[in-house]
Amino acid sequence: MAHAESVAPAPAHPEVAFVVNGAPAAVHAHPMSRLLDVLREDLHLFGTKEGCGEGECGACSVFVDGVLVNSCLVPVCQVAGARIETIEGMSAHPRLRVLQEAFVRDGGAQCGICTPGMLMAAAALVQVDTDADEATIRTALAGNLCRCTGYVRIVDAVVHALAELRAADAGGTP
Amino acid sequence: MHDGGWVGRSVQRREGSDKVNGKLAYIDDLSLPGMLHGVTVRSPVARARIRGISFGPGVPWEEVVVVGPADLPGPNVVKLIDVDQPLLADGEVRHCDEPILLLAHADKAVAERARAAVVLDLEPLPAVFDLDAAIRGDVVVWGKDNLFREYRVAHGDVDAALSEPDVIVLEGTYETGAQEQMYIEPQGMIAEFDPEHGVTVRGSLQCPYYVHAALVALFELPPERIRVIQATTGGGFGGKEEYPSIIAAHAAVLARKAGRPVKMIYDRVEDVMATTKRHPSRTVVRTAVRPDGTLVALDLDFVIDGGAYLTLSPVVLSRGTIHAAGPYRWPHVRLRARAIATSHPPHGAFRGFGAPQSVFAIERHLDRVATRLGIDPAELRRRNLLRQGDRTAVGQLITEPVDLDLVLDRALAMSNWTETRARFEAENGAGGPLRRGLGLAFFYHGAGFTGAGEVHLASVAHTEITAEGRLRVLAASTEIGQGTNTIFAQIAADASGVAIEGVDVVQPDTEFVPNSGPTVASRTTMVVGRLVGEASRALRVRLVEAGLLDDRSDASDAFAAAARAYVARHGVLRTQASYRPPEGIAWDEKNFQGDAYAAYAWAAYVAEVTVDLRSAEVRVDDFVAVQEAGRIVNPTLAAGQIEGGVAQGIGWAIYERVVWKDGRVRNPQMTNYIIPTAVDTPRIRVEFVPPFAGDAAPCKGIGELPMDGPAPAILAAVGHATGTEPVAIPMLPEQLLTILEESRHGAR
Repeated sequence: MAHAESVAPAPAHPEVAFVVNGAPAAVHAHPMSRLLDVLREDLHLFGTKEGCGEGECGACSVFVDGVLVNSCLVPVCQVAGARIETIEGMSAHPRLRVLQEAFVRDGGAQCGICTPGMLMAAAALVQVDTDADEATIRTALAGNLCRCTGYVRIVDAVVHALAELRAADAGGTP
Repeated sequence: MHDGGWVGRSVQRREGSDKVNGKLAYIDDLSLPGMLHGVTVRSPVARARIRGISFGPGVPWEEVVVVGPADLPGPNVVKLIDVDQPLLADGEVRHCDEPILLLAHADKAVAERARAAVVLDLEPLPAVFDLDAAIRGDVVVWGKDNLFREYRVAHGDVDAALSEPDVIVLEGTYETGAQEQMYIEPQGMIAEFDPEHGVTVRGSLQCPYYVHAALVALFELPPERIRVIQATTGGGFGGKEEYPSIIAAHAAVLARKAGRPVKMIYDRVEDVMATTKRHPSRTVVRTAVRPDGTLVALDLDFVIDGGAYLTLSPVVLSRGTIHAAGPYRWPHVRLRARAIATSHPPHGAFRGFGAPQSVFAIERHLDRVATRLGIDPAELRRRNLLRQGDRTAVGQLITEPVDLDLVLDRALAMSNWTETRARFEAENGAGGPLRRGLGLAFFYHGAGFTGAGEVHLASVAHTEITAEGRLRVLAASTEIGQGTNTIFAQIAADASGVAIEGVDVVQPDTEFVPNSGPTVASRTTMVVGRLVGEASRALRVRLVEAGLLDDRSDASDAFAAAARAYVARHGVLRTQASYRPPEGIAWDEKNFQGDAYAAYAWAAYVAEVTVDLRSAEVRVDDFVAVQEAGRIVNPTLAAGQIEGGVAQGIGWAIYERVVWKDGRVRNPQMTNYIIPTAVDTPRIRVEFVPPFAGDAAPCKGIGELPMDGPAPAILAAVGHATGTEPVAIPMLPEQLLTILEESRHGAR
């Protein structure tokens, strides 16, 4: 099945240009279009999910200029010129790939619909605090809802990834 | 190279890598050329006569596809247990947010505008939301008396036992609220209609053949002209058991009229307001117990609110009834159970399926009994736990060599029960705003369909080998996050001898995948997994018989080589396995007696809580979940099931409150219907004790088990912390505050 959306002819909207996962992108979209919809429908980056549409569940989490945001709450006009990172680009970052691998190993993903957003939130923590304890990890993930796991294995995955990264840092490897 | 033995190992989730890279296509990630977006016009009131429908201004109505009851290709019913529920309300609406009209347009925004522009002329009719009013028949909304179903179970002489001189009689009423499944992916379907080929739907669903049956009935087409394909599904928990049939039907009739594919995706608010929730319940329990704690008689009245249509309420009620007495010896039992019609939206399947409601009642009640008798709550249970050779309340003989003391002892040891309780009691006695408590629940959960249900399902699974020497598993059991794909691959690999990397578990598609039954009732691993194993073993036997495989060989490449050779010589090889009931199993549906379930998992859960007396907030600090569930196929996935279920149980107990007003959900958002976050859940400590039946024991279902225990354990812990006896959930701070105030007044 094709990932192509037939969009009804829209009135000419101004171009918004930004960078997604390191590659330049430009869309013609209503300035108030949700970044979430632009990513999914215009750029066909379907890894970013919608769970609630009001910034509560975190399934649509992405980075905008390094800041973790709910893309359902961000109008596309606000990201002109910004650097956006989505789940599709995560494995290109070796330190974040450690996190992804820990999620798979520890059972941090069940149905998987919250997983991209959850990984984004975990990535935000990994990038600033590799010494985080379990309470800090839980707080860092509290903006992302998961209904499958009870969070135990998600937290375990982050704990293990952080330990791996600390060990790598101490050993001077990536 | 491996030597088999995949079962029992924490093999990584098959689709794990795709999930952490956002690569899997869920239904809202899919599109078809020329696709329209479908929306549903719903009733804003609970009960009304539909006098007229008109189409307001500001919408290009000539571009909008409109489907009403007259446009349906066949009978206007949702095919389930009964045929009382229409696909579209015709003449009368019977609950809030009932579908009335379907609209579709290429532009989602226009479809939404059209939905808002439809004007419904509704003449309100009396509705009923209160269980007692519905039972009394103040307003009759279903049948002649609002009674969907009633079951009675009786043995012994309860009245005589209750009036014995040396027993302590205690009565109590226990209530549980509705609960939203709140899968993070809302419901959604895409349908295509072709006059020649028929109907194809893809969607987020648990039970492909339920949707298939509903579409066959609606379109009155031969089964092969209805095709249902499961898309990657973002959680179900029961919530995608029955309503996907409705959404698929709606999308399909729109597609038929439009001549174009139609996508219907519910947003969160619509999903919460319009689809099912866990049945609210009320249970009145009366017991006679000897001073030493021996249980003598149970007189129990269990009532659930089924909502406006019958849907699955009879089977929810059945499971709730069978679990109501708990895993205890009761010489005298009388159970009465009723599912009542009200004007609420229909309540439906949600993990546990009636059992969590009645388990909550009996477990809370036994805690109150223990308090009256001055016996430790764990000790009271220990004195009455079922043993091998005992019978359950519905007369099922326990033939398994159960050792429930072991389950209890592990939970007590892991929670340091006796010392911790004593310490908390001493600390609480010193005063202060923070009070701590420890509470226990003991319970069992029957796996698979009730009674003869599995016989009626007659599930089938296929396996086949391909020209590449791979083994394909074909079953309609869906992966919805619980690990079906991985479990089936482990079982197939062990049974056939193929390397696990050489197993493909096919995405359910009714065009070529057989009906292995619905993905419900904790049956996938236990029932269907067994069939997958049998069919896989049969493949191996055929290869051996063909002289292509040495049966003693366990080299992982031997199977693949033999399979390639077989297909090259003889063509495709497919084997199948069909369900056969275990020997000696008999269920008497009329008298509700006999072997209700083929297997039970047994569990003891302990919750540790802190209550802040100033805010009446409850925090679950620690949670111990010990169970016996037969042989564990994949420890990581199994523990994941328990942990997830416990978290849902925590939510049901102290966070999740559905607010109703005039039969409508007033908090249909994640911002005001609160499910637990990572900071609201403790470290959940899971242990599976060794199988009672030994290392070669079969698997038992575990999906629903963990939903039964947390709520009663948490409320017991709150009671222990505060010296109160909470008996109703959800118990949010508002409710606990009232309990604490009443308790203070009572103490003066």
